[in-house]
Amino acid sequence: MTTVRRLTLACAAIAVAVGLSACGERDQVTVYKQGKYQGKPDTKPWENDPGASLYTSSKWNKGDKTSWESAVKTRNLAQNEYTRVE
Amino acid sequence: MARMKFLCDAERCIECNGCVTACKNENEVPWGVNRRRVVTINDGVVGAEKSISVACMHCSDAPCMAVCPVDCFYRTDEGVVLHDKDLCIGCGYCFYACPFGAPQFPQAGAFGLRGKMDKCTFCAGGPEKDFSKEEFAKYGSNRLAQGKLPACAEMCSTKALLGGDGDVIADIYRQRVFKRGKGSEVWGWGTAYGKPDQPKAAPAGAKS
Repeated sequence: MTTVRRLTLACAAIAVAVGLSACGERDQVTVYKQGKYQGKPDTKPWENDPGASLYTSSKWNKGDKTSWESAVKTRNLAQNEYTRVE
Repeated sequence: MARMKFLCDAERCIECNGCVTACKNENEVPWGVNRRRVVTINDGVVGAEKSISVACMHCSDAPCMAVCPVDCFYRTDEGVVLHDKDLCIGCGYCFYACPFGAPQFPQAGAFGLRGKMDKCTFCAGGPEKDFSKEEFAKYGSNRLAQGKLPACAEMCSTKALLGGDGDVIADIYRQRVFKRGKGSEVWGWGTAYGKPDQPKAAPAGAKS
C-alpha cells in the first residue's frame, strides 16, 4: 500500500470519527420535572355533612362522591334557562 | 367527572359587573384585589362592543402551578386549581405565567409590599378546615362544599357566565348557540371541540 493511499484512508477514518462524534451528543432540551404540592392537605367537598354549613341547599350522602356530584349537576343544569322555561 | 370550568358568552355579557360584585361580596375580597373582572373590547362602538368576564380559568395544565418556586399550588379532584397561602411567598411568578392575569397581590404594607397571592378559588375555599374562620379569611367562601357553584356564575343575570362541570356547561352553551341559529362561526367550546351531528337550525336571525 502506498503512503498516499494510507494517508487518504487515515484522513477518511478521522473524518468519519469526527462526523459521528456529534451522534453521541446529549439532549440539549431540558426536561422539567413537575413539582409536588408542598402545602397542607385539603378536604373534599363531599366529605362534609350537608348540614355542616347553614347555607347548604343541596343534599348528598356524607363521603359519597357520586351523590355530591349529582347534587352539583342538578344545580349546574339550573343555569340552562331553556330547560327552566320550557 | 368533573373538570370545573368557566365559560363566558360574549354575545350575552352586558358588562353589568354583577359577577365582580357577587365575587367581592361572597368572598369579602380586600381592596385592590379583583378575583374576577369584566374586559370590554371596542368599547362604545355600536355593534362591535363585546364584553367577557375573566378570572382564573382553572387550567388543566396550569402555568402558575408549573412556575411556582415553592410548589404551593394543587389541583383538586374536581379540577379546581387552588393554593396554600401559608406557603406562598408572594414572588409574583404566577402572575407573569398566567395568560389571564388571574393572580392578584394585595398591598401588604406601607411601601407597596406585595402580599400573598390571591385568586379565584371557584368558590372552593382552600386548604383549611371547611367552613372555618381561617378558610374564609384566607380563601373566601366554600360553596362547593355546600353543594353550590361559584357565586359569580349563579348570580349572572343574563347567564352569560356559566360555571360548573365542563361537559355540562358546554352542553348548555351548545344548545344556546343552536337556538340562536348560529353555528361554527361563534367562538367558544363548540368551535374548539366540535358540535353534535345534525343540529336543529333555528330560524334565521333568531336571538337567544
